[in-house]
Amino acid sequence: MHGRPRKAPKPEDEAASAAKAQKLRALQTQFFSYHHNKIYTKEAVELSAKLLEINPESYTAWNYRKLAVEHHLSQPECDPDSAKSILDDELRVVESALRQNFKSYGAWHHRKWVISKGHSSIDNELRLLDKFQKADSRNFHAWNYRRFVAESMNRSEQDELKYTEDMIYTNFSNYSAWHNRSVLLSTLLEKKAEGFLSKEKVLPEEYEFIHQAIFTDPDDQSGWFYHLWLLDQTVKADSPLLISSWPAHGSDVQLVDRCHNDSAFSPFTTLHSDSGSFPVVLYFNQPVEGVSSSTVTVESEFNKSEDLVWNPLSVSNSQAAKVWVTHLKFPTSELHCPVEVSVGHSKGITSTRGFQYSFSSVFSFKVHVQPTKKDSSQGSVAESILWREENFKAYGTQSEESIPILSFDQLSIRNDPEPTVSDWRVEALSKEIECFRELLSLMDCKIGKLTLARLLMAYDSMSLSCTNKLDHSDEVLELYSDLMKLDPSHHQCYKDGHSLVLLKQVTSSRESLLKYCSKYTDSVPLTICSPICLRLNNLSLSRVGAFEKLLWVQMLDLSHNELQSIEGLEALQLLSSLSLRNNKLRSFTALDPLRKLKSLRVLDISYNHIGEHSIDTTRYLCASPLSHLVGSEWNKDETVIGDVALINYWDAFLIFKELNLKQLDIMGSAIADEKFKSVLVKIMPTLKQLDGERLG
Amino acid sequence: MSDLPPYPPIDPTTFDLIVIGTGLPESIVAAAACTASKSVLHLDPNPFYGSHFSSLSLTDFPSFLTSQSHASASSPSPHSNTHHDFTVLDFSTRPLYSSLDISNFSPHLLNQHARKFNIDVAGPRVFYCADKSIDLMLKSGASQYLEFKSIDATFLGDDKGNLLTVPDSRAAIFKDKSLGLMEKNQLMRFFKLVQGHLAGEEGVKISEEDLHSPFVDFLNKMGLPPKIKSFILFAITMVDYHQEDVGVCRDLLKTKDGIYQLALYNASIGRFSNALGALIYPVYGQGELSQAFCRRAAVKGCLYVLRMPVTSLLLDKDNGCYKGVRLASGQDIFSKKLIIDPSFTVPLPVGSSLPHPLQEKLPLSSLKDDRVKVARGICITKASLKPDMSNFLVVYPPRSLFPEQVTSIRLLQIGSNLAVCPPDMFVLYISALCDDDDQGKKILHSVMNTLLTVPDSIDSESNSAVQSETAESGSVLQNENAESSFTAQSNTREGKPTSLWSALYMQELTSGQVEFICSTPMPDGKLIYNDLIDLTVKLFHEIYPDEEFFPKTSTSENSGDDGDISLET
Repeated sequence: MHGRPRKAPKPEDEAASAAKAQKLRALQTQFFSYHHNKIYTKEAVELSAKLLEINPESYTAWNYRKLAVEHHLSQPECDPDSAKSILDDELRVVESALRQNFKSYGAWHHRKWVISKGHSSIDNELRLLDKFQKADSRNFHAWNYRRFVAESMNRSEQDELKYTEDMIYTNFSNYSAWHNRSVLLSTLLEKKAEGFLSKEKVLPEEYEFIHQAIFTDPDDQSGWFYHLWLLDQTVKADSPLLISSWPAHGSDVQLVDRCHNDSAFSPFTTLHSDSGSFPVVLYFNQPVEGVSSSTVTVESEFNKSEDLVWNPLSVSNSQAAKVWVTHLKFPTSELHCPVEVSVGHSKGITSTRGFQYSFSSVFSFKVHVQPTKKDSSQGSVAESILWREENFKAYGTQSEESIPILSFDQLSIRNDPEPTVSDWRVEALSKEIECFRELLSLMDCKIGKLTLARLLMAYDSMSLSCTNKLDHSDEVLELYSDLMKLDPSHHQCYKDGHSLVLLKQVTSSRESLLKYCSKYTDSVPLTICSPICLRLNNLSLSRVGAFEKLLWVQMLDLSHNELQSIEGLEALQLLSSLSLRNNKLRSFTALDPLRKLKSLRVLDISYNHIGEHSIDTTRYLCASPLSHLVGSEWNKDETVIGDVALINYWDAFLIFKELNLKQLDIMGSAIADEKFKSVLVKIMPTLKQLDGERLG
Repeated sequence: MSDLPPYPPIDPTTFDLIVIGTGLPESIVAAAACTASKSVLHLDPNPFYGSHFSSLSLTDFPSFLTSQSHASASSPSPHSNTHHDFTVLDFSTRPLYSSLDISNFSPHLLNQHARKFNIDVAGPRVFYCADKSIDLMLKSGASQYLEFKSIDATFLGDDKGNLLTVPDSRAAIFKDKSLGLMEKNQLMRFFKLVQGHLAGEEGVKISEEDLHSPFVDFLNKMGLPPKIKSFILFAITMVDYHQEDVGVCRDLLKTKDGIYQLALYNASIGRFSNALGALIYPVYGQGELSQAFCRRAAVKGCLYVLRMPVTSLLLDKDNGCYKGVRLASGQDIFSKKLIIDPSFTVPLPVGSSLPHPLQEKLPLSSLKDDRVKVARGICITKASLKPDMSNFLVVYPPRSLFPEQVTSIRLLQIGSNLAVCPPDMFVLYISALCDDDDQGKKILHSVMNTLLTVPDSIDSESNSAVQSETAESGSVLQNENAESSFTAQSNTREGKPTSLWSALYMQELTSGQVEFICSTPMPDGKLIYNDLIDLTVKLFHEIYPDEEFFPKTSTSENSGDDGDISLET
């Protein structure tokens, strides 16, 4: 069934297929005339059977037969015996169609339909399946149907698991069998069936089993897929957890609308706010639903918990997100106010797989509002950011300057580890690590290296709560670098992995993070305070991550990387200045996360690849005027601005319309011509400066 | 044999070819010659097909082996030297078996079922699904008379009676419980290397230098651990001698040949969709194979006469050329060519006046030079050596049973589902190469003592030796004491199956002779028939240099199709 080369048709084959087509056409014409006239006589039904025997893919014919069956079953003279014989006829037709092509969707579906009528013996189905699965053990249609049959006849998962095992023993290169195994095990674990009470028991045995396949033939992919599933089962915590927040627990939030050049404030917690409000961000370990004023209580003098609206920060507009945000409002007068946020005290927060948030956590912080006199005449003039090297002073070089950074540990929420639960996970992972190190000592194996990299990272992040160290990140980075060389066709994938590990490493400790923090100082002193800029430039990043440690970032320099996507950046709700200069962004749709960043004022996307590629695959993943998500937002009156048809720039329009940018740099991209710039100016009335030119 | 009815005369009296003996090589040549439109007369002094390749009942087995265990001058030809046109030389037989030792520990039980046994005389033997004999059966059409079943597994044995599964395929390596993960990886990588080499894949070519070096050196170079080396050498490529001790190794396998063997083994797995592994065995025993070729020959016009001893060779008086044979019935039959089975020799009469060249051409008692023999042993048990399995092969590599064990010992257990014995019984075949009878006996006894409980019988050896001399009727040792002690016990002692019956014998090796008169080879010490078939094809081409050996017929030609044999699962 597999790995058979296609042969060029011989002349006689072509003649035969022409004859077949001729016959088929005649049959089809006749069939359609019966179908349209709703003729369900014996002769007519037999004709459809003949048609299906030649062409099992004829969906209309299957549907016609369904109608015919319904018609006959609804006749008053139809008794159970004749119903059975009608349905048995159907099964025969399906069987002969399947013999013609056992990958026919229509035929398998029709069989399901007939069986679910409940008149036919289901035991026979297993026998039929055995035959088909012997002929082609990987045929996923048959496996699909098998799951249906097993469920219909209440065959136990244990029996099916045994069958799956037998199939694997016959030939372990069987994705379908491994897949079915994962499905069955999930069900059994969920049910807590006997012998399947906990992952702790089941998963180590499964690891042992899959090792046999992987070590026997590391070139076979099916085993690796199953291993990846096991790894996921091992690493993935069932119940969702809050892993970080902004403001962090125990922090003092300084709300100032102008800079005091006062370094007494921690850069991680000082915030300029001109709106009198600031965001509270909850960052979970997995997407959750149900974050609302009833599941999260916020106790503060000025805000009533029940008035707060929590919004999911997800690009896809789904109701599940890892990051949720609400905004607290404060008066502009000087005040000091404690705030306490508690999550999970009442039920309602659930993971997408239906697990409850069961670990209640509380964090509190203090808010200080310190209004200063506005000096508007000076301020607005120089309020632009120049992403120039001389404007940044690395903290490391200014040893005399003490940086009152809030205790780094407070950036993430410590969930007391449940030792008994996670012990086996750590143990399983370290066993796997040992195992694959051994495999790699024997042979060079790309997927083995990738798996080891994944295992090491999983191990580090699992033991992170205890040691707070990334012991293996250097090794992992080396593995990814190796892989990029070994397997150039998947370079991008390894690069992404490399980038994420690198960012994890950067954010793993206060010391390492500080190395990337710079003080921004403007050429005009004292007009703007010196914000902390996280400078992750020139790291050849292709992806960004580790956002849970970066929720405090207001100024971020990602220039001179290889970013094609900024997925996840929407979590940085405080971000006001962002440089994406000199990256590999190919379209405005890649900037979609920016739409959620309401505080963003300064954006540099110059020297990217926007507009260079006529085909943009990310476009189809994003909201567009064609999807319902945006359809309602799209104002018909906005279709033309000036003499430019907006429809040509809908992607740019959707991004920039929602941003309140003051400063934008876009030069050096193919799209940035004068016409486009004029459109931008019209879309964004707030814009003060475009490509370094002040706008009148 | 004197009580047999009188022989009817054979008509016609002249043939292209006369074949005496219905062993496998003789039967193949007869079928091939008939296929090449030769007229063939196929004779056998025995009442059954197969000669030294036959499968016999418990009663026929001892009598046949006994009859082949001592030299005999054939009974003087009935009409001695009356025909003046010919020189008449009387055939005599040479002993092909020695040290025959048959013990029946349970005559009561076995005698009632004696006819239900099909005991292979040349066991243990199996087929690789992709070996030459299978191809030959398909090509010749003999396969239509045969049915096969899979051998369930191959094991390596040790002196403690443990049987270690041989992971011989990808699926078996995956399933194996005794190999470590690293060993699984190494073994599979080696298999892949070989496959890649054979498929001519880029970058996996095994160098010429390696190909001509000893296979064991190559295995060492690949870093394979001893356990895996044993699997490959002894259980897959089936070498006879220890490969790393130059002193005792008489047959060092070259990498090239090792790889050929591996490829054959590998091609065998999965060749037939319902064969489980690489090995299959014919239902009703190996004797079926000879019979299938005979049937094939008969279909093509070969004339068969069994129970027909041949007494003498007829030579042209003037030039000493072969003319024909004289049958025990006294009839003279003439042919252009003659093939005789290896038991026949032609002793030269004293003071012979034969032309000189002829003396050198006659098949005298010239056996194979190195005097290597095959020790064969057969046991019948009521319990399988492996509780959950009935048909399997066990290999004991050299030195695995005792330090002086020089050669591999192979044991094949076949159960009643292959119709070789009554239900719930098993037949065990053991063989190994040996230098002399004592060594052979030691080998056979050590295997039996490792795996079986052999009832204490009072000097069964000497007894049976006496018995076998007179075992005309096929009756064998009946030792009342042994039997009663056996029945008093449970079927197994110390968890080992008990031997109900055993036969030990040493078989001479002959490689056949292609001369003035052709004689066929005896069963060799191998598990499969490949070498025998090579010799047979060679023999055929010697006598018919211009004929094709089973030419492809247009009817049986199915392009791209492998053909099929009937395999029961």
